[in-house]
Amino acid sequence: METLLQQTVNGLVVGSVYALVALGYTMVYGILGLINFAHGDILMVGALVALEAIRLLQLHAPELGLVPTLLAGLSVSVLVCMLLGYTIERTAYRRLRNAPRLAPLITAIGVSFLLQTIAMIIWGRNYHTFPQLVSTTPLEPVAGVFITPVQIAILVVSAVLMVALVLLVNKTRLGRAMRATAENHKVASLMGVDTNKIIAATFVIGSGLAAVAGVMFSSNYGIAHYAMGFMPGLKAFTAAVLGGIGNLGGAMLGGLVLGLVESIGAGYIEDLSFGFLNSSYQDIFAFIILGIVLIFRPTGLLGERVADRA
Amino acid sequence: MKRSLVALAVLGLGASLAQAQEVIKLGVAAPLTGTQAHLGKDIENGVRLALDEYNAKGVTLGGKKVKFELQAEDDQADPKTATTVAQRLADSGVKGVVGHLNSGASIPASRIYNEAGLPQVSPASTNPKLTQQGFKATFRTIANDVQQGLAIGKYAATKLGKKVALIDDRTAYGQGLADEVEKAVKANGGSLTGREFTSDKATDFLAILTRIKAQNPDVIVYSGMDTQAGPMLKQIKQLGINAKFITGDGACTGEVIKLAGDAIGGSAYCTQPGLPLEKMPGGKNFNERFKKRFNADVQIYAPYSYDAASAIIEAMKAANSADPAKYAPAIGKVNFPGVIGTVAFDAKGDIKDGAVTVYQFKAGKWEAVQ
Amino acid sequence: MNELALAIPWLGKRHPAAARWVVVAIALAAPLIAILFGKTWVRILDFAMLYVMLAIGLNLVVGFAGLLDLGYIAFYAVGAYTFAFLASPHFDIHLPFWIVLPLGAGFAALAGIILGLPTLRLRGDYLAIVTLGFGEIVRIFMNNLNHPINITNGPQGINMIDPLVILGWDISRPVKIGEDITINSLFLYYYVFLAFVVLSIILVQRLQISRVGRAWAAIRDDELAAKAIGINTRNMKLLAFSLGATFGGVAGGLFAAFQGFVSPESFSLMESIAVLTMIVFGGMGNLAGVIVGALALTALPEVLRHVAVPVQQAVFDRVILDPEVLRMLLLSLAMILMMLLRPSGMIPAYSRYSRPELVVGKAAGEAPK
Repeated sequence: METLLQQTVNGLVVGSVYALVALGYTMVYGILGLINFAHGDILMVGALVALEAIRLLQLHAPELGLVPTLLAGLSVSVLVCMLLGYTIERTAYRRLRNAPRLAPLITAIGVSFLLQTIAMIIWGRNYHTFPQLVSTTPLEPVAGVFITPVQIAILVVSAVLMVALVLLVNKTRLGRAMRATAENHKVASLMGVDTNKIIAATFVIGSGLAAVAGVMFSSNYGIAHYAMGFMPGLKAFTAAVLGGIGNLGGAMLGGLVLGLVESIGAGYIEDLSFGFLNSSYQDIFAFIILGIVLIFRPTGLLGERVADRA
Repeated sequence: MKRSLVALAVLGLGASLAQAQEVIKLGVAAPLTGTQAHLGKDIENGVRLALDEYNAKGVTLGGKKVKFELQAEDDQADPKTATTVAQRLADSGVKGVVGHLNSGASIPASRIYNEAGLPQVSPASTNPKLTQQGFKATFRTIANDVQQGLAIGKYAATKLGKKVALIDDRTAYGQGLADEVEKAVKANGGSLTGREFTSDKATDFLAILTRIKAQNPDVIVYSGMDTQAGPMLKQIKQLGINAKFITGDGACTGEVIKLAGDAIGGSAYCTQPGLPLEKMPGGKNFNERFKKRFNADVQIYAPYSYDAASAIIEAMKAANSADPAKYAPAIGKVNFPGVIGTVAFDAKGDIKDGAVTVYQFKAGKWEAVQ
Repeated sequence: MNELALAIPWLGKRHPAAARWVVVAIALAAPLIAILFGKTWVRILDFAMLYVMLAIGLNLVVGFAGLLDLGYIAFYAVGAYTFAFLASPHFDIHLPFWIVLPLGAGFAALAGIILGLPTLRLRGDYLAIVTLGFGEIVRIFMNNLNHPINITNGPQGINMIDPLVILGWDISRPVKIGEDITINSLFLYYYVFLAFVVLSIILVQRLQISRVGRAWAAIRDDELAAKAIGINTRNMKLLAFSLGATFGGVAGGLFAAFQGFVSPESFSLMESIAVLTMIVFGGMGNLAGVIVGALALTALPEVLRHVAVPVQQAVFDRVILDPEVLRMLLLSLAMILMMLLRPSGMIPAYSRYSRPELVVGKAAGEAPK
């Protein structure tokens, strides 16, 4: 029981990072119908920029406390990533908005690899130690479950950000314009919505969220490197599809479910499959779920959109 | 007119010198770019030092004074590139090759050297398969994974605790080593509580560690690289697991200490094939010569590549020829005091009595305990 | 062949017949020219031929039928592993290649159908991500199926795979003619691979102008309309997947025999992307473009090593960007810039039935949604 509880906590923590990244995918997909492959790599840039900023701060302003340093690093990285997201949209995707689908998709793959390569040139191929500003020492176990302050921070921060995003989309003028653009570009622009601006805003918000996810990811594991964004990106996309792409609540649900499945799956698959399968298959759960969902319920758990719409 | 005469004379002199001194090229292949570039350079420098010293002493083969030259190739730690550079070395007429670093590169490359009749001595590839392919001129100067796995398993089961949990990273290296550890643990009266798996790109090990925690082992053996071992140590602490931790040479580095931060302590151990430099018979002296020549510290492999090059040259001396067909059989018979100890090979081509050292984390660094 | 000939600047359009002979001559003489720079280049040519086959196969799926497949390398893996299982000491089975290669192709085709069946309903980006997952699943299974029964030998890979033996003649051994002349096995492999490539080209050209090829073009351009005029889109898509996979399977078998060693790390996602870049770079939907793309990008790392490294050493006195990084940089830039500036590739398609501008082009079709 203790083990199951612990696996649940592990899964929730990983899942809320997935969920945060999945929001970015789902927003862009909802509005443009584009899988922004480079989204996971923005997470990586977010982590590495924050790392660089924190190092500089620790060097030049060591009197700053831990939390202010972290917050300053986080702000820098969110700003850089927002700018990056805007630049990518402006230079790579905007011109292809009316092109047939393969073109923006291939471009997105290209952007993803370009970001990785540039990060590799700047930061090298080595793993970097991410400064431990929030403690990773476990608190007093509750019911045999160990949890660290940084994990609690991750759960809280992602919950707050998700609620904020939902409010933004449902309650504000910008949110209404976003929903209108997602529904129909042409009509939205006829109604006086500057769709270009709205699409850019979507990229900017999504990239900001990815930056936060990156910093949380790196704080939790204590590492950062140039290829760290690819796998979380892929899994977050799976989470978005699982929940129903284009649907904010679905992305969150999908992220948490995927995190739980991975954690509990890796923990119990060996017993469930009578020793035939084992934890070496952890990384394919996401893909198998993705396949099953797309075949049997292409709209995802909460989605209303149809998968094969062109 | 006069000037050209002088030039001619100089050319003639050069030509006659070249005639008196035959140039013999040896090849070295290792990753000279990328994440393992520092280790590849270490290998290259070890060979370079050996050639410099033999050249300074002077070697005579078949009555002619010879001069050794080095051709260094970059295999990028990639199997396909390794075959390409192996082909390039074979093309350019080198007489023997020291290399490669990674087993994944050494094994496909060995096939090409074998076809070209070139002897290959690896200073770093530890996969047992390398010397089990039946190639007559494939050797290595480092202990293989069987020897290392045996040492890890034995140390874990006899010194650290009977109940052992094993994690491997599903790479050729990690899985091969883990298989040997598993055997050795059982042979030494220990028991395996479970074997878990991760990948060489993973960062989250909480799921498998939670499973391990439920099995309550005395010691966790990790068979993989430092980039995973660092975060793994952190997560072991995070879950409040009290087991000891031991890992192989892939994670026996300074990197793991950096990445684990305050999560690494006295209960962390690792192993490294070979002796620590200060315990090698020729170690201290070697380090000084190396430092003087390259203005860099020995990383890990320079003594092994130095001895690998020496083994090739000693075999040439014994056969009195640099023709691979003639001297290759002599490599298997060499027996000389090298930096790492006595250099001699068994029938397969593995170094005889390959030593493995166990290190423990003490006061910020790895210290040899056995 | 015609398309390749047409692609030759100047000559191609004026003297197509002469241009065709030039193509034949280049194909036959390539290794003889390459050997002047060392056997290394012949080996690269051999690899290039394998990539040409892969690119032709992937082009069938992506360029002709418009289905973006990001897990194509899985079929290459299936072919390679089939060869390794049936012609190596691993299971101690040593079947001749003319049994193993078709079997490998067959298994790859079957894998294509297995992938195709459930994903038929998906289009565009969903399909891309599912195929990517499929590629990873295949690789992870190859990497782990050594337990509880050892099937693939796990990450260790399978070694000592039998070479190609054609009519009792082992082409991995150099041939001696008289006293001094020996023909290196790298040449023999080149010509064998070339034969396979030529066969593939002929097959694909026939396919392209056949009823099937036209049906694919119709599906690619507008699936709904294709359905409306009575094309069985399900069968046609499955056919595209399985035929494309067949090429991958054959190339994989040849790779296994040539390299003598297969392990899961040769079949990573990066390889799928590399093959995709080849067809994007050369010109999607167009055979000549695809072939040129494959040749250019296979030679690229070696060219970079010979050009970029010395140049950097001369200018900066050290190597700042190693060839591998440069290759990644160029590949990713190529993908982005080609899509933005020249979406139909270096050599755009001329043929009546290949209109890649409809797949990726700027030609304003209807908006994506």
